[in-house]
Amino acid sequence: MAEYKHSVALDIEKCKGCTTCLKRCPTEAIRIRNGHAEINSMRCIDCGECIRLCPYKAKKAISDKLDSIKNYKYKIALPPPSLYGQFDGLEDVDYVLQGLLDIGFDDVFEVARAAELVSGYTRHFLNNPGIKKPVISSACPVIVRLISLRFPFLCENVMPLLPPMEIAGMLAKKQAMEKHPELKESDIATCFISPCPAKVSYVKNNFSQTTYVDCIVSMNEVFFPLLAAMKKIKNPQPVSRSGIIGISWASTGGEASAIFNDKYLAADGIENVMKVLDNIDNGSFPELEFIELNACHGGCVGGVLTVENPYIAKARLQTLRRYLPVSQNWNYNKDKDNKYVPDDYKIPNELQYCPVSQLAENTNEAIKKMADIQKVLERLPGIDCGSCGSPNCQAFAYDVVKGEADENECIVKMRERIKELLAEEKEREKTESVGGQKTE
Amino acid sequence: MSEPLRFHFDVDGSNFTSAGEASIQIKQKLRQLGFAPDIIKRVAISMYEGEINMVIHAGGGTADVYVLPETIKIVLEDHGPGIADVELAMQEGFSTAPDSVRSLGFGAGMGLPNMKRYTDNMIIETELGKGTKITMTVNVPRQ
Repeated sequence: MAEYKHSVALDIEKCKGCTTCLKRCPTEAIRIRNGHAEINSMRCIDCGECIRLCPYKAKKAISDKLDSIKNYKYKIALPPPSLYGQFDGLEDVDYVLQGLLDIGFDDVFEVARAAELVSGYTRHFLNNPGIKKPVISSACPVIVRLISLRFPFLCENVMPLLPPMEIAGMLAKKQAMEKHPELKESDIATCFISPCPAKVSYVKNNFSQTTYVDCIVSMNEVFFPLLAAMKKIKNPQPVSRSGIIGISWASTGGEASAIFNDKYLAADGIENVMKVLDNIDNGSFPELEFIELNACHGGCVGGVLTVENPYIAKARLQTLRRYLPVSQNWNYNKDKDNKYVPDDYKIPNELQYCPVSQLAENTNEAIKKMADIQKVLERLPGIDCGSCGSPNCQAFAYDVVKGEADENECIVKMRERIKELLAEEKEREKTESVGGQKTE
Repeated sequence: MSEPLRFHFDVDGSNFTSAGEASIQIKQKLRQLGFAPDIIKRVAISMYEGEINMVIHAGGGTADVYVLPETIKIVLEDHGPGIADVELAMQEGFSTAPDSVRSLGFGAGMGLPNMKRYTDNMIIETELGKGTKITMTVNVPRQ
């Protein structure tokens, strides 16, 4: 595999080397070395937790600038439904869409529309006999990467359907070429307005082989220019075609409830998600059809690049979707095959398991190393203070055996050694002074 | 390889919600050791079932896992009531679990049969009123 392009980065100048991110990273991907944090790119899943937590704002999300597509003839904005929850007193989605046109986009394609289609085909997919259940949603890129790194047996459960962002990009390009036959595909650029860094990683690392998204900008960067543009609008064009289902995708439970079946589970927050995955992996679960997992609390509205509190955003979306039709994009056709999923909606390759935590290639050697780790661990205080730069004593023992840390860096052990040395020193002084008296 | 790697767990019998935690930890360890996913799954499931059994019937106990490159041995030991009729207990669907546990979805009578199914060898030593010791081994095929 080519090197993984992360979208979480560190500003060394601002990092004080405190242990906040170290201790809260769900995959233990961070170490404090030489006074600042270091992210292990093999382990990082781009969940954005460290960006959220850093008291010094030293963690940043990498995304594209709007300028990066200015040379394209036809620029299409792909706003996700979570964007609609960012604005206070928004009466209609059309204000947001018109605002996007006013800040320089030539066209807009709502990701919520694509989400309704994905929901429809998810229902179809679930009707197929022989698929491994529960089917796990593929919409949150953090979850997809987490499963590929840690859950070999769940790779098959991940739904092989492209996420709404990609479908929106695909349909937007198609629609643009129909509307403007003079355009070539290379003239068109789609731009997703992202609530999280993980979506950036998804596109930059080709999670789905080919991508229909050319540019990803951060939601909090677009927010202010968009807000300014929206304030000027008197009567927007009525262009929104999102229904209740599409808008509900922005928060946890929206995607799962759209399968129209009560055998689903929807969980959010990376720590809860990991527990759910462990339980499914152990088989200790009720029979379920579908599982929606979101790394962020509240779902996409909880993304680290959003502006508003996730629960407030969710409440706003409830108001916004109130008088909308259930779905405005899915054509339910009774005669049609209810198992059918079009090929261009599918992810071409099955999710591959790529383990990261393996101690050594060879089991014999790994067992030896693990035994060494246990020995080191027995000598450590077990208070998980993080002062050594590893998140806990277990991880520190691992780092010591791997040769990446020195056991003497343990502050508690160092204090004990200092005490011992002081006692020795005192003892020596005593005997010396006693000896000195004798010679006098 | 001379000495096996040993992992020891105390399975808390008073806390039903924590049942299954040792199995999750073992899964992580075996993953770090680079065992094949299907071996890890077999060990994790049989250990999980055993853990649940100890919590439901015996008020907890201990779990020890011995890891060698070619075999993984799981020893579960408790000081519970013992198993009155091992043959009956091994039948699928036979269960003496109380209703309170069944309402949580446990006690389907599949614990011991699953442990046997997922391991290559299982030995049950049990004495009424004294306790039960179950030794399971999973052989690791050469790659």
